[in-house]
Amino acid sequence: MGALKDLFGGSLRQFGMLFVLVGLAIFFNLMTGGLVITPTNMMNLLNGNSYVLVLAIGMVMVIVIGHIDLSVGSVAAFVGIVVAIAMRDWGIPWWAGILLGLAIGAVCGAIQGFWVAYMGIPGFIVTLAGYMFFRGANQFVGKSLTVPVPKDFQFLGNGYLPEWGPNTGLNNSTLLLGLITIAVLVWLQLRSRRALVKINAEVPPFWVTMTRIVLMVIVVGWLTYMFGSGRPGTSFPVPGLVLVVLVIIYSFITQRTVTGRHIYAVGGNRLAAELSGVNTRKIYFLVMLNMSVLSAFAGIMFVGRSTASGPFDGVGWELDAIAAVFIGGAAVSGGVGTVIGSIIGGLVMAVLNNGLQLMSAGSDVTQMIKGAVLLAAVALDVWQKRQGQASITGLFSRGNKVAETTPTETAILEEEAVTNPGDLR
Amino acid sequence: MPGESDLILEMKSISKEFPGVKALDGVSLRVRRGEIHAICGENGAGKSTLMKVLSGVHPHGTYGGDIFYDGQLATFANIRSSEHAGIVIIHQELALIPELSITENIFLGNEVRGAFGIDWVRARQRARDLMARVGLQDDPDTQIKSIGVGKQQLVEIAKAISKDVKLLILDEPTAALNETDSAHLLDLIREFKGHGITCIMISHKLNEIAAIADSITIIRDGRSVETIEVPEGERVDEDRIIRGMVGRELTSRYPDHTPHIGEVLFEVRDWTVRHPEVTDRLVCKNSTFTIRRGEIVGFAGLMGAGRTELARSLFGRSYGTYVKGQIFLDGKEIAPKNVEQAIELHMAYVTEDRKVLGLNLLDDIRTTVVSAELQQISPNGVVDRNAEFTAAEKYRRELRIKTPTVNEGVIKLSGGNQQKVVVAKWLFTEPDLLILDEPTRGIDVGAKYEMYGIMNALADQGKAIMMISSELPELLGTCDRIYTVSQGAITGCLDVAEATQENLMRLMTLIPNTSKNAA
Repeated sequence: MGALKDLFGGSLRQFGMLFVLVGLAIFFNLMTGGLVITPTNMMNLLNGNSYVLVLAIGMVMVIVIGHIDLSVGSVAAFVGIVVAIAMRDWGIPWWAGILLGLAIGAVCGAIQGFWVAYMGIPGFIVTLAGYMFFRGANQFVGKSLTVPVPKDFQFLGNGYLPEWGPNTGLNNSTLLLGLITIAVLVWLQLRSRRALVKINAEVPPFWVTMTRIVLMVIVVGWLTYMFGSGRPGTSFPVPGLVLVVLVIIYSFITQRTVTGRHIYAVGGNRLAAELSGVNTRKIYFLVMLNMSVLSAFAGIMFVGRSTASGPFDGVGWELDAIAAVFIGGAAVSGGVGTVIGSIIGGLVMAVLNNGLQLMSAGSDVTQMIKGAVLLAAVALDVWQKRQGQASITGLFSRGNKVAETTPTETAILEEEAVTNPGDLR
Repeated sequence: MPGESDLILEMKSISKEFPGVKALDGVSLRVRRGEIHAICGENGAGKSTLMKVLSGVHPHGTYGGDIFYDGQLATFANIRSSEHAGIVIIHQELALIPELSITENIFLGNEVRGAFGIDWVRARQRARDLMARVGLQDDPDTQIKSIGVGKQQLVEIAKAISKDVKLLILDEPTAALNETDSAHLLDLIREFKGHGITCIMISHKLNEIAAIADSITIIRDGRSVETIEVPEGERVDEDRIIRGMVGRELTSRYPDHTPHIGEVLFEVRDWTVRHPEVTDRLVCKNSTFTIRRGEIVGFAGLMGAGRTELARSLFGRSYGTYVKGQIFLDGKEIAPKNVEQAIELHMAYVTEDRKVLGLNLLDDIRTTVVSAELQQISPNGVVDRNAEFTAAEKYRRELRIKTPTVNEGVIKLSGGNQQKVVVAKWLFTEPDLLILDEPTRGIDVGAKYEMYGIMNALADQGKAIMMISSELPELLGTCDRIYTVSQGAITGCLDVAEATQENLMRLMTLIPNTSKNAA
């Protein structure tokens, strides 16, 4: 277990969910006789879920600051219909449509963010109102009709990368993407190692770095092969690429920038953050604004995929996004959660959906199983915290040293009592 | 007639230990039936823990010693069982639900049942009777939030007597009340005495104790020091209580330090601040003081005197509503309106409440240390993780924070080390003025000694240090000058050479003669 921990760093919990994801995929693949892990199905999986995963990126930040956003599906639908009508009736080009959509999303977000941040109304209430309002606005603007979008616009939700160059047996765009990814990952690993050496920090043993690199090469290589070897004309799908870019950008923002730090600080302890000079209102505002912009993005991608915008687009998306975030390890009380974790959580839901469908289970059974999985994932998290264990993998290593170093709940409570022995509260 | 032998309560050598701290160490308390018994002691002396033991918050078996109540060995498992026996405790923080009516609050958890659910007619009638006994004339349907603190206190008492109380415990009952309400409450307690209800009263207000108590038990450092019997019709000498409360020798628990004091760095004039919610209450009244470079200036006061409020309102107005007053830093007037500006002006405030206001317990040490001045290591808004590590390492070594690595979560550290992390966080902002609010609360003796050493070193670097502490020996052992605060006003300033626990306590309990129209 210690070796595993070295390998994956502190965030074993996320890797626990990753194991669950891989396990599910293999399980369904066996049950369906190999229908799950095929190039076509994996492309479908990405195309069909990328918009929910985009929402999960924004939602994890909202949940980290201790709020929730119920309006994402309605905002997406509202943006979708306005953009579709703008392109049909005013004839604006596809790129202007996207910009217009994002701008509308920003306005929706600014309105909701204003009420949350500056008027102190809980996000739950503000976005419940937004949920109703923007759903109505979608049907009002679109007269409850379905409006088709032009071909160019569908690229973002349904497109593939072009084929070019020599015949390598794989899609060359996908191949290039894979090679670049491997190169960047290796370079990042080596760079972080060098930096640790430079500042005299504890450097992980060399075999750890090497094993990591080898693992990454295998995983990325395999994905490149899978997505590159689909039927002609397909590649790693455009929505997937958009998603990867967004994940990289938002992981960077949340993990490495001042704003990201402030988001976690506000969520972890708002009062302490305020007394450390963090402008908590600004953070609330920005996170709510950002969520609506990403909702707009998701709406645009969905419209592109389904080739039209309709009155029932985006119904129930907010709940899918929220479920993804919690399965991905976020805490209801705020302060905890990562973009990567939420994406993995979203993929777990997606694979479940997809696998059950391929096993020809009805949507009734699928819903029941998804509900149970959500509850189980969060219950496991709560249970682990009570045990003072680190992760799902802790299940297999009960009683190891992790438990000793983490104070149990009672110990913390008792210590609190000592802090104020004179106070009777 | 209640004789010496007619004891309603006898607590025999009660001890209570928390991990690492002995909160009570052989306390004995004898309370006669029908008397008003006051318990006095400094903050943290163990008064409240003792009452928690008595009322079953700390159940039988978790403490040492025996409690005899009404002549029988009491073994309370929880608050309900002690209430059943007629012991009711009214906490300093009122436990009323603001949205519910007076009636609903009085019978909460003890509802008047009729044939179909709660019998509101009878409940209201009984509430009216109980309210009459405590002198409340309001409509029993009034919501709690629409009556004042004084009346809320009376509702608590009405609730207590609805439970057939024999022994009523009041923890700082007048702390939040004004003069008139306090006087009314004291009258009420005297009246209860006439009805045979025994009262135990914890209070910091010595004049009230002197006015009302039949006997007084003094607790110091978890031990009962003495019990003073007040003869019928006489007043106890307040000085005697003070001596009992503080009577301990200063030992060398403080590092030697020769101060190098420069010119005035920080000056506050006429600082007046209103309570954030109760707008007619001033929490700081015309406070004026100075701190010089290299000087450690103490602020002594009892709990609720307004020291933290003063500090936080100075620190970027993070508490209360500013009314008037000026701050000067190095002779120049400054007006930090939020914490960000205060940090920019090189002010720092280490909070008294580490866990609630000082730390994000989800964070690790390295991210905490840089969290108040992230810009410094974040060119273009991107945090330089290496600079962060280097900074955290520096303070880990300098302040000797005991941890395997700075990647450790702050929740895993001991109280003393957590406090060092908070101090490190503020040192990282390179402050000129460092406000330390109860910097040694809840940490052990060794860590305290280290904290004093850190303070001395900082003072020697020419920083001005404002130290708030409720422990008088600590102030006397570390400060160069001590201001006393009472009820929001500064009531005195003593050089450490002339300060004693007795004259400080005298100034701390002084009622400031500020007029209401100070605002």
